[in-house]
Amino acid sequence: MNIFKKTILSVLASLLLIGNVYADKIKIGTEGAYPPWNSKDASGALIGFEVELAQELCAIMKHECTIVEQDWDGMIPALLMRKFDAIMAGMSITAERQKTITFSQGYADEVAALAVIKGSSLESMDTPEGINLTLGGSAVKKTLKTLTAALAGKTVCTQTGTIHQNFLESGDVGKVNVRTYKTQDEVNLDLTSGRCDVALAAAVAFTDYADKSGKPVVLVGPTFSGGAFGNGVGVGIRQGGDDAIGTRDAKLLKDFNKAINTARKQGIISKLAIKHFGFDASM
Amino acid sequence: MDFDLMITSLPKLLSAAVITLKLLSASLIIGLFIGFLFAVLRLNKNPFINKFAYGYSYLFRGTPLLVQIFIIYYGLGQIEWLRSTFLWVILKEPYWCAIIAFALNTGAYTSEILRSAFQTIKPGIIEAGKSLGISSKIILYKIQIPVAIRQSLPAYGNEIILMMKGTSLASTVTLMDITGVAKHIVSTTYKPLEVFLLAGGIYLFMTFIIHNLIKYLEKKYSFQ
Repeated sequence: MNIFKKTILSVLASLLLIGNVYADKIKIGTEGAYPPWNSKDASGALIGFEVELAQELCAIMKHECTIVEQDWDGMIPALLMRKFDAIMAGMSITAERQKTITFSQGYADEVAALAVIKGSSLESMDTPEGINLTLGGSAVKKTLKTLTAALAGKTVCTQTGTIHQNFLESGDVGKVNVRTYKTQDEVNLDLTSGRCDVALAAAVAFTDYADKSGKPVVLVGPTFSGGAFGNGVGVGIRQGGDDAIGTRDAKLLKDFNKAINTARKQGIISKLAIKHFGFDASM
Repeated sequence: MDFDLMITSLPKLLSAAVITLKLLSASLIIGLFIGFLFAVLRLNKNPFINKFAYGYSYLFRGTPLLVQIFIIYYGLGQIEWLRSTFLWVILKEPYWCAIIAFALNTGAYTSEILRSAFQTIKPGIIEAGKSLGISSKIILYKIQIPVAIRQSLPAYGNEIILMMKGTSLASTVTLMDITGVAKHIVSTTYKPLEVFLLAGGIYLFMTFIIHNLIKYLEKKYSFQ
């Protein structure tokens, strides 16, 4: 057999392997750049709440798992292209995303908040501690009005393709000047440099950054939940189908839901949340 | 293939093409000045001056454009004292950071293109001028520079096309050029194939225009 045939055969063989990502190993995609949800340590190994939770869930499911890294802006396309089988990347369950993929039940609450550099005029904003957009009501309306006035003319920075971007572009807080970044790290950098007047992300993403960098980043305004912010963070999985892969995806969803129930009952999620967030964000 | 998505995305991408063209033209104009300046410095006989010019072109041709943008945008943004100077008015804007990076980069390449064009002018042309009693200043302006510009057209045409594609890196510093808008659309529709194909098509069309423009100029100013 000449070398030519060998090459072609090995290429074909590798293509077959790519198509069959399942075998019995579950591949879980995460961003590795959204501490404390998921990030990387100095050696490049994936760490964080979701990395540990994924290992726990896999242990409960008695499945072997590998956790792979994927840029946030390509997360859902990569899931659809079967680069991995599930997403655990601080991804909130929203109606928008549910048009394309499906989610397990939520495993943790992600509370969003605005952040500024100490000394910003926004610090004097008078708002309630938190608002739930799904509940609505006059207090929510009044808060959104306050925010609209406060954010007018300000550069608001956020990560691209997030619930935070959706909210800022929804018109709920008027027409704001939104600037989007590939990663939360870059948002943090430009918030401290002063290019951003204010930033929106998970509250813990800012507090974690302030803790680790020592920069004077402080939260302002209310915390946000509901509405565009979705209903907690869940495992993102492909929508099931009739073929073999679709059946497998449907089974994976069931398995994850069961495992999350068990982990919750055993207090594993709470324990990990307290370890990484400093409070119990489990749900 | 989601053709509806392609149709609704097209106007958004086309209006983003305006940003791409603005970035490209501003960088090319500034880059051309830098290129001329450094080409002249490279040809200077003083070793300090021509080594300095060589160092500049070596530095900017020897490092990736993306790294240069990151240093100018994120790097300089972290220097605290810089933020209290007038420079910050410019460096605060992602738009100007991108233009500075692009102009410095294309300036380095342009200086090399012009320098080599100058050096490849046949000595016979200059000697012919001298034998006619034309002053060396007039020889420079009327013979050397026009010939050098004509010589450098094909290479400079390539540089314009490379720079045009390079502007796609502006999206990494939050600018909404063609690539930036394409990424934005993909982040909500999760259909990279359709959107990026369309974005690629727009870049290809721009290359087509630039290519033909340069070809026309080459023909117009040919020596034959």
